[in-house]
Amino acid sequence: MKPEHFPRLLARYFGLYTIGFGMLLLALSVLEQEGVPRFWLGYLFLFTTIVVYAFIGVFSRTADVTEYYVAGRRVPAVFNGMATAADWISTASFIGLAGGLYLQGFDGLAYIMGWTGGYCLVALLIAPYLRKFGQYTLPDFLAARYAGRSGSNTVRILAVAATLIISFTYVVAQIYGVGLITSRFTGIDFSVGIFLGLASILVCSFLGGMRAITWTQIAQYIIIIVAFMIPVMWLSAKQTGVPVPQIAYGSAVAKLTVKEKELAVDPKEQQVRALFRERAAQYDQRIAALPKSWDEGRAEARRNLQDLQTGNASLIEIKAASRALADYPKSPEEAKRVWLAAGAADLARAQPPYLHTEPFPGPDAATSDIKRNNFLALVFCLMLGTAALPHLLVRSYTTPSVSESRVSVFWALFFIMLLYTALPALAVMVKLDLYTSLVGSDFTHLPGWVTYWANIDKLRPMISIMDINNDGLVQLAEIAIDGDMIVLATPEIAGLPYVISALIAAGALAAALSTADGLLLTISSALSHDTYFKMVDPAASSQKRVTISKLLLLVVALLAAYTASFRSGDILSLVSAAFSLAASTLFPALVLGIFWKRANQQGAIAGMLTGFIVCVLYMLLANPALGGATANQWFHIAPVSAGVFGVPAGFAAMCIATLLTPPPDEDVVKLIHQLRSP
Amino acid sequence: MMVADTIALHYWRRVRRLTLALLLLWFAITFGVIFFARELAGVVVLGWPVPFYMASQGAMLIYLLIIGTYALAMKKIDAQAQRQSQAQANHEA
Repeated sequence: MKPEHFPRLLARYFGLYTIGFGMLLLALSVLEQEGVPRFWLGYLFLFTTIVVYAFIGVFSRTADVTEYYVAGRRVPAVFNGMATAADWISTASFIGLAGGLYLQGFDGLAYIMGWTGGYCLVALLIAPYLRKFGQYTLPDFLAARYAGRSGSNTVRILAVAATLIISFTYVVAQIYGVGLITSRFTGIDFSVGIFLGLASILVCSFLGGMRAITWTQIAQYIIIIVAFMIPVMWLSAKQTGVPVPQIAYGSAVAKLTVKEKELAVDPKEQQVRALFRERAAQYDQRIAALPKSWDEGRAEARRNLQDLQTGNASLIEIKAASRALADYPKSPEEAKRVWLAAGAADLARAQPPYLHTEPFPGPDAATSDIKRNNFLALVFCLMLGTAALPHLLVRSYTTPSVSESRVSVFWALFFIMLLYTALPALAVMVKLDLYTSLVGSDFTHLPGWVTYWANIDKLRPMISIMDINNDGLVQLAEIAIDGDMIVLATPEIAGLPYVISALIAAGALAAALSTADGLLLTISSALSHDTYFKMVDPAASSQKRVTISKLLLLVVALLAAYTASFRSGDILSLVSAAFSLAASTLFPALVLGIFWKRANQQGAIAGMLTGFIVCVLYMLLANPALGGATANQWFHIAPVSAGVFGVPAGFAAMCIATLLTPPPDEDVVKLIHQLRSP
Repeated sequence: MMVADTIALHYWRRVRRLTLALLLLWFAITFGVIFFARELAGVVVLGWPVPFYMASQGAMLIYLLIIGTYALAMKKIDAQAQRQSQAQANHEA
């Protein structure tokens, strides 16, 4: 086949595939009309898509090294861009981001800017040079560029370690997302869901490596974007009359601002807020009266249960009372911790909501400045992290030429933008819908989706509405909502049939699987290509290299699934930590490697180590979840943006160590000249 | 006629200048707009508060423009360098 026919052939295949997918959607909606139960639709949708991915994966199986690691370097720019977009759009983007935007308003936009602006750095500073270099992995590049008299293994080991840590954190978050989606939409147990998802990840990447992943990711991108845009366009048409959310939500923004100002001064809202303030004050009193108040509280909970049991109370009341007793803090110390948290939560709900579009809202200028600085720091980390993520950068190796690798980044950002411009629109439109139709409605007539999502996970309800002031009407302050619900519940909020909810689930699953595929391959290449082939057994046959890579992929995947099954941490913060780490460790070495001829091996080693250590230390120091304390923060910067200290530290260490040691060898200078020539 | 080294040097200088100019634009759009977001919040165009629009859409469009410009300009610079080395090869022959 001639190479110039290849893009046209691909376009035809994926065109047919899209039509097929549309027909599946149509068929399932007919089934729903015929009365097929909901969970069957969910099953059908998820499993059909997984079978399609598996089919593509098996169809593209390969044992060739170049095919396995870099898809034969013949993916046309548009398609490479689409695959990069699928690689990029993870569960955090698909589910977490809209929720973050809903809850945080303007401040959440740091993710939108950070996760797109980084592509400028990828295109301008890194991708074309990596393609020009034309090997297989990111450690390949760093090792060749920072080769020294003592060989290149030290830099390679550091680069491999960084790749493993970054990609593993990220892949655990994806597999966690897979478990969440399958368990929410099919009722399967969380851990079973994880291993089911794992199986489908493996069929894609196990047999065909990068080649299979690329074609699967393109198929997954199509599902992701269709799944997201159908309900959002519907909601947009319903609210504004224009089905293009990116353009139409300007009017929704104006309406939302008016509504927010109304609610801020609404007397009933103020009444609820006053009640929350009272509750918080009660917690404060009980904490002040410890340990006596803890004894009294326990005695009262016991008495309450006894009264109900001896009296004529209903079973539900008795159950609630016994649960309250079982959940009661076990010691005065625990009581202090629990009550402090509960009081803070109540106090937070006593605050009037900020305007959605207001940048860095706060009670005073100092708080507002802190928010601005954190916004800037987060954007900085996400952008530089983007430009240093191994699983993303490996995509620059897969295009046919240097010039196409530049064009490919353009298409990648274009396809990502289709989703990322719709996310803030969705957040605004869902907010407007809830503020106008849910707030002020009667407690006896709550919409069906509220009850559904309130009951799906009893311990951590996605949405809870309590009649705090007993007036029988819903007030905004009475609604507590989990951000992850926004995207998942959009079809129901928009009044669409269930089949669209199943479509959203398939889209979310595609987002998680496509990212996990790319990450797992990056991890297994770092182990098989960089560690085994380059350092342990350079004489290994290509057959053996690919086989070892496949085995390692399996091991890493199982390990990631096992880690994810502990269900710790939330998706967005796990992923964000990976960005800070990538930025601090790899970004200085990558950029200086291309733009500073003098940079040498000693510099790279010092830079990578310092960047990594500073970043990790700051996270340990300032993150309460990792044993640190918020009080330890430097300049009030949140630990998620640790890269803001790690990157300058890495750059500085690299420059100093380089200048103290001799310049790089002639071979390296030759490589740099080659990278910089047309 | 330029020798090979001069061509490469000239090429690299042009690439660097283009990269720097586009990076400056990227920096100004990203950090400039955010830094002054509060001051710009009162400016409303077509129903959009300007900083909100920039952060949620405008900046992304400019990023795309930056990358597009870079890809096109580099194609031109590459082609020119190719012509120069072609001309030099002919001259030597």
